[in-house]
Parts: sequence; C-alpha cells; structure tokens
Amino acid sequence: MTEPLLKVDNLVQHFKVSRNFTVKAVNGVSFEIYPGETYGLVGESGSGKTTIGRSIIRLYDPTAGEIFFNRDKISGVLNDKVRRMLRKNMQMIFQDPMSSLNPRKKIGDIIGEGLDIHGLYSTRKERNRIIGEMLEKVGLSPAHAERYPHQFSGGQRQRVGIARALVMKPKLIIADECISALDVSIQAQVVNLMKDIQAETGCAYLFIAHDLSMVKYISDRIGVLHLGNLVETGTTQEIFSKPTHQYTKSLLSAVPCSNPVIERNRRRSL
Amino acid sequence: MGISMNEKIILSVENLDITFRTNAGNVHAIRGVNFDLPAGKTLALVGESGSGKSVTMKAVAGLLDDNATINSGKIFYRQADGNVIDLLTLSKKNLRRTINGQQIAMIFQDPMTSLDPTMRIGEQIAETILLHKKISTSDANKRAVELLQLVGLNEPEKRVKNYPHQLSGGQRQRVVIAIALSCEPKILICDEPTTALDVTIQARILDLIQDLQAKMGLSVIFITHDLGVVARVADFVKVMYAGKIIEAGTVDEIFFDPRHPYTWGLLSAMPDLETNDDRLYSIPGSPPNLLHEPKGDAFAARNQFAMKIDEREEPPMFQISETHFAATWLLHPDAPKVEMPAQLRERLARARKAANLQ
Ligand SMILES: Nc1ncnc2c1ncn2[C@@H]1O[C@H](COP(=O)(O)OP(=O)(O)OP(=O)(O)O)[C@@H](O)[C@H]1O
Ligand SMILES: Nc1ncnc2c1ncn2[C@@H]1O[C@H](COP(=O)(O)OP(=O)(O)OP(=O)(O)O)[C@@H](O)[C@H]1O
Ligand SMILES: [Mg+2]
Ligand SMILES: [Mg+2]
Repeated sequence: MTEPLLKVDNLVQHFKVSRNFTVKAVNGVSFEIYPGETYGLVGESGSGKTTIGRSIIRLYDPTAGEIFFNRDKISGVLNDKVRRMLRKNMQMIFQDPMSSLNPRKKIGDIIGEGLDIHGLYSTRKERNRIIGEMLEKVGLSPAHAERYPHQFSGGQRQRVGIARALVMKPKLIIADECISALDVSIQAQVVNLMKDIQAETGCAYLFIAHDLSMVKYISDRIGVLHLGNLVETGTTQEIFSKPTHQYTKSLLSAVPCSNPVIERNRRRSL
Repeated sequence: MGISMNEKIILSVENLDITFRTNAGNVHAIRGVNFDLPAGKTLALVGESGSGKSVTMKAVAGLLDDNATINSGKIFYRQADGNVIDLLTLSKKNLRRTINGQQIAMIFQDPMTSLDPTMRIGEQIAETILLHKKISTSDANKRAVELLQLVGLNEPEKRVKNYPHQLSGGQRQRVVIAIALSCEPKILICDEPTTALDVTIQARILDLIQDLQAKMGLSVIFITHDLGVVARVADFVKVMYAGKIIEAGTVDEIFFDPRHPYTWGLLSAMPDLETNDDRLYSIPGSPPNLLHEPKGDAFAARNQFAMKIDEREEPPMFQISETHFAATWLLHPDAPKVEMPAQLRERLARARKAANLQ
C-alpha cells in the first residue's frame, strides 16, 4: 500500500476574537491525501475549509492535532530543512487573489518569485520563458508579465495565483476556490490544465470549492465539512449516489441548472 | 436640461469607449458598449474573463482606475424626480456625493477591496447608514445587526465586532452585500456577488435581492459567470466579448435560442451533474490581446464557423426579434446556413422539453 502524502490527524483550530468570543473554526478533522490524488473539500460558507488549508500550509499554528507531509511532521515547531521542503513542495492558491498578490510587483516577478528563491532555472532567459509559457497555459499572454495586479480583471488575477502555484511543480497544491471567479469556458481550460499537470508530475490537490459539479468532475474522494467537522467522506461516486448526511443532501438538491423556466418555477415553489 | 429617454428606462449606456494606458501600450478595453436597464428589472452581463464587464460597470459607478481614458460615450441616469442626467458629465466628487451609494450601489468582485481592514465590520455598516440617513448611532448599529442577519451571518451581535480578516471569504462577501443594501439604492450593481458562496447561501442572497426588488422596485445589474444564477434571476442578458456586447436578448432567448457562436461556446462549456466526459469543453484559443486591436470580428480566430468577411469587417448587430440581437455575420441574409454544434442543439432541445416549451 502506498503511504499518504498528507495526513491530517485530529486538527483543531480555534480563534480567540475577544475575551468571551472564541470561534471554533475546525474541531478535530482527520483525513489523508495520497500522491497523485485529488481530494475535494466542500461545505457551507464559514464551515472551516480555508482555515484547514491555511493550517496545513502553516499560515496558522494549529490549536491541536498533528499534520504529516511526506512523512515529516509539519505541525508544531519546524526546523529549517522541513520549512524549506514545505515551501517548495506545497503551494496554496488563495481564495482572495487581490490580497494575496503584492500590488507593487509585476506579474512576471510574482510568478517567478518561487523559481528565484529555489533557483529553478539557469539563465534569465530560461526564467522568462518558463513564466511566459505558464501565463499562456492559464490563458493569459506573456505580455501580461509587465503589468501590475490591479491592472487585471478579477478572473485574470485569479489565474495569476494559479500560475504562481503551478509553476513550482509542487507535490501538493491547496486550491482554495481557485476557479470561482472564472467563466465556464476558462474554468474548463484551467481544470483540464490541472489534470494535465497532475498526469505529468503526479501532484496531489486539495480542491476546496462550493461548486459541486466541478468538485464532482475533478475529485477522486470528497469530504463534506459542516461547522468545523467532517460529516461525510467517501469516493466521489459514493457521495453523489448515496449521500447520507442531511447537509450533503441539501447541497446536492440546491445545485442550480441553467434552465430559466425551471429556475423561475423553483423560486415560486419555495 | 431635457434629455429624452424612454420612461421605463432608468439607466442607458451609449457608445461607451474606454482605453487604459499601461507599460506595454494602450489597452482598448471597452469598444462601444450600448445597453438600457429598464426600471425594476434585472439585467445580467456575462462573458469571458477580461471581456470588460467590471470596467463597464465601474464607469457607471464613477470608479474607473486612474490610467483609464473615456474616449466617448454617455451614461444617462433617470433620477427619482424624473430628470435625466449624463453621469459622465459629473465630477468624480459630485458623483460620489450625490449618486454613488445612495442611488447607485456597487458590490465589487473582490470584497476585500471595498472593506476597511482596520475597522470592525459593524462600524463600517453603521457608518454607511449614517452617511445616507438621519438616524441615531445606536439605531444605525441595530440596523447593522439586522442586515447581517438578513444576509445569513450567524451570531450577528458578536460578528459586528469582527475585523474583515477574521471572516471567511463568503462571510466577507455578505458583509459587502449588507453595506450595499444598507443605503436602499435605486440601482444595485452586483459584480460576481455570490462567487464565494455555496448554493444554499447563494439562494438566500438571490432571494433577498429579489424580495427587495419586488418591495422597492430596485433595478439590478448582475455580472456573473454562473449561468445557473443568470437563469434564476435575469430578465435580460447581455453577452460581452472583447469589449463589446455581441448578443443581447431576454433570458429565454439567450438560453434556448442563442445565435452567436461565442454564446454557443459559453453554453457548451457549462458542466452539469450529468457531465461524465473525461475532458470539459472549453472554447479553443484565447481572447484577443486588446493591446493590438483585432481587425474584423474579434472572435473570428476562435470561431469554427468564421467566413472570409470576418477577417476584414466587424459585423453589425443583426436583429432577430424585438428584443434579441447578435453581432455575427452568420445572420447576414447572404450567409450560408450554419447550425449550432449538434451536442449543444441536443442539450437545448432537452432543456426546452424540460421547460415544456417547443
Ligand atoms: N483569523 C481569524 N480570526 C477569527 N476568526 C476566524 C479567522 N479566520 C477564520 N475565522 C472564522 O472561522 C470560521 C471558518 O472560516 P473559513 O475561512 O475557514 O471558512 P470557509 O469554509 O473557508 O468559508 P468560505 O466558503 O466562506 O470561504 C468562520 O466563522 C470565520 O469567521
Ligand atoms: N487599470 C487597468 N489597466 C490596464 N488594463 C486594465 C485595467 N483594468 C482592467 N484592465 C483590462 O481591461 C480588460 C477588461 O477588464 P474587466 O475587469 O472589465 O474584465 P471582466 O469582464 O470583469 O473580467 P473578469 O470576469 O475576469 O472579472 C481586461 O483585459 C483587463 O486586463
Ligand atoms: Mg474560504
Ligand atoms: Mg470582473
């Protein structure tokens, strides 16, 4: 049996907002992700999806629980070697692209930053070629490298975040609502690209989303999160054919369709 | 001043044309956009990422970036007293003081950009209310809690004390919606307002907006790439491509009888829970780089049905019905008859059948 690439064991993440208000964002969540696999994490707004992603990549210090990546323990205090391994092999695509892109840096340098830090090219020319190709793969153009983040549309910025993560060829990508601002055609292009890169490099994805049709399409297994607890987990097939938890059922029944007449009637019947 | 505009129209954009200056040259982002918003109705603006949806609406709200130049165009707005003004003739300051927020409110695509990171969210909502209404601070605070409740935030009395970074993506998005609704505007412009929301909360927000529409005659412009949302809320749909509106119609016309090959591609790319193909359909190629103005039809290079003329001349808007228009040479009387791709045709036939239409 292969070993999991990521093992999250009883993760707890609480935030103390004030003396008498602590947000219990994540309350003992456990799951594993295997190499080359896509694990979909779905759940209501505020259920703790982003928090789990940020705890795994160590933007937060977990309140309790353990996380293993590549057999190394990555919760608790990190030594330099593990920290460096983590920065190269795990990337996150952030939900809010504007606040995750440095407004004073050109797009080319934002995408190239990881390449620079880890010296992943031999000449300047090679660096710019890698960046230009990555921009094209996400449906932008090499000429965009000269622009600043605020000079892009919402969906273009989101693709800059995707390019920045994919260019590192990491082992695990935490993709937090990474296609939510894209129109369907470009969503399809990006999802196809993510699948191609997975086939090529064998990377794994933690795919956080609320759009069930996309999650169904891309995921091997799915976890359903509710109020900081995993209430249901299984293969995509299992979750979609026999949902057991009430929340999963309600998510499935509310999936909108693109039929204006049916949608109008649905509203009337509420 | 006596600008005439059909009484039923609250907002009319005419021939809007905008360029951005960048390091790499001028980007001609908006290339002649025209549309009317009938009062009390919902108009959806859809189209590829980068096609100019947000820029068009920022022009209406007077919030264009500094490197933008408006080359031409008029944006007529009918005020409550019936007077029609061209918003582009007002100074930015004047626009902000008299129109923005109170009469036209915009919910931005990126919620963080419209929230003040150093201020508690309750204070931010109350501040907006106090700007537009003469009520006491404590009443404004109460109203802030009510609004948070309306948009579905749990424990709103506690949440008002949160700073924006302490909220999840979808919670932030809902705070921004609450702020926009707090001043009871006449026109609400929503730029991807529900992208970060799961279907159950999304439905709640859409219902809320539709209720306000019924109660207060609110007119709504919805920018969204989610065609399920469009199907649910829109009366009229405009499809944008490369800085122009290339198809316009009622929601039924666009979903059941699309005529522009770009609209065909958009509808074909939509996954549903029945999709089992190994690869999703995406429109081949990428949109033109508006640093170099395309010659002819901007969609030609990606259009499998393109004809010779598409490379030379831009198609005009052809009229299909009283409400339905599309800019493609395929609709010229002399054009060969071209059918939409078979797969889409079957899908639309299924959709019509499900809707009990012919
Ligand atoms: N830094 C923080 N301080 C305090 N509370 C926080 C912080 N970050 C998140 N929270 C709270 O934790 C809960 C979970 O938030 P999280 O961002 O993980 O939700 P999510 O599932 O990603 O939701 P969405 O789909 O809306 O993005 C929310 O109630 C949120 O308000
Ligand atoms: N300040 C700016 N400087 C230069 N170019 C800009 C600026 N703002 C927008 N653009 C460009 O104008 C075009 C239209 O942008 P806009 O934001 O309107 O797109 P959009 O249709 O809203 O796309 P999305 O669905 O991705 O949000 C894009 O090509 C974008 O890169
Ligand atoms: Mg989130
Ligand atoms: Mg936009």
